[in-house]
Amino acid sequence: MADIGYSQKVLEHFMNPKNVGNIENPDGYGKVGNPVCGDLMEMYIRVENDIITDIKFKTFGCGSAIATSSMVTELAKGKHIDEAMKITRNDVADELDGLPPKKMHCSNLAADALQAAIKDYKKRKGAE
Amino acid sequence: MEKIYLDHASAMPVDARVLKFAERYLKEVFGNPSSLHSAGLEAKRAIEDSRKKVAELINAENETCIVFTSGATESNNLAIKGTALRNMGKGKKVAASAIEHISVLNPLKELQKNGFELTLIPVDSTGQVDIEKLKAILSKDTTVTSIMCANNEIGTIQPIKKISEIVHENGLYLHVDATAAGGRIPIDVQNDGIDLLTLSSNDMYGPQGAGALYVKPGVKLQTILPGGGQERGLRSGTENLFAVAGMGEAARIAKHEMDQESKRLIGIRDKLMDEILKIEKSYLTGHRTQRLPHHVSFRFSGIEGESILLNMDMVHHIQVSTGSACTSRTLEPSHVLLAIGLKHEEAHGSLVLTLGRSNNIEQVPTVATAVKQTVGRLRELSPL
Repeated sequence: MADIGYSQKVLEHFMNPKNVGNIENPDGYGKVGNPVCGDLMEMYIRVENDIITDIKFKTFGCGSAIATSSMVTELAKGKHIDEAMKITRNDVADELDGLPPKKMHCSNLAADALQAAIKDYKKRKGAE
Repeated sequence: MEKIYLDHASAMPVDARVLKFAERYLKEVFGNPSSLHSAGLEAKRAIEDSRKKVAELINAENETCIVFTSGATESNNLAIKGTALRNMGKGKKVAASAIEHISVLNPLKELQKNGFELTLIPVDSTGQVDIEKLKAILSKDTTVTSIMCANNEIGTIQPIKKISEIVHENGLYLHVDATAAGGRIPIDVQNDGIDLLTLSSNDMYGPQGAGALYVKPGVKLQTILPGGGQERGLRSGTENLFAVAGMGEAARIAKHEMDQESKRLIGIRDKLMDEILKIEKSYLTGHRTQRLPHHVSFRFSGIEGESILLNMDMVHHIQVSTGSACTSRTLEPSHVLLAIGLKHEEAHGSLVLTLGRSNNIEQVPTVATAVKQTVGRLRELSPL
């Protein structure tokens, strides 16, 4: 895609992000990025019978950081954790009708945050 | 909903009076200024008339001191490379402030790659050049020192006259990039002791595609664009007649209206400053008083600049600018904000508002409320 800015879908998710916030005592929690680099994402999941029943995020970052966070929560909600684990950065970008090339790496961390939260859930479960 | 444009440092509309004046150089007068027939002479007259107006704006010794270029980037390149290369016999050192525009820094880095020694002069937390460091850095073989008149990102104005004295005691030439300051604050190249000065047409309501370099009589520089020898051999290429004619008229209007307009803009600027600084954890960037009349800039902790820009535009229909990494080509935060001592995470959350003739004091509450709501919404999303 030509680097002429954001798709309509990115802008919609930036304007009205879904699943913003945090979950008290989550079953899984993931944090990726670094404020020094300009992006930081926190992902909270509630899991029942290995199904993600609730998911929330908080993000510091640019327009695409916020939009990808919102999109990944939509994609993961209601999915089995094994399915959700397979969601990639490219899936998130595709669902948003693409991201400007330079944003593909730096601000497309939302799938990583989700995977970190699922890994955290599995770790906690294993420890039980 | 009314749009409010607050990004005049990035691009400006052409003043209607400038357009009206210069229109005939698109429509009726089209001769090549180098041609000897009447069509050429008419074009030539327009160029020379513009040269005179630009010279008057900055009190140049005479109009032959003005070289027209394609814009500020070319003027900066000509000033820096043209003097450094021409005066290599005197030394191969060059210097600039750490907050210069990229069109000054990159030609300097190109010289550095080709064997020149480049030193960047640090600035204090307000963005003013550290005078003691400047003294220490310069030496007899520093052929060109480039210090901007005022900064486009933080608005800070440099004490150019004082800097000029130091440069001339210790080095050779002082180049001043006045892209952001031209037509906004008084510049007197003779009184301020400036050897080379960059001006941009569009930054003073002229058409894009024209700029100028003032070259003090006796300053030795060589062309970086050889060809047909226009502009006293310093800048070849057939002149951009419409843009150059427009630039002169823009300079004339700016000189005439500067006093009154800067007073008006300072009123709006300071009210915006007061209102926006009421927001929790908001900070002014740049100097509080030694700043451009049309410029006010901030940073907000816990949020990111590109998000601020998008939210201001999409929700509030207000166009602003930011020094955020996400809006740059390199994905690095602004070198200016880092040079004034901000940490990376602080430099990400900046907002730059630059005013123009279309803005008025009645817009201040709307803008301040929009900034407050934007910062509030993004902080709700932020984990910080």
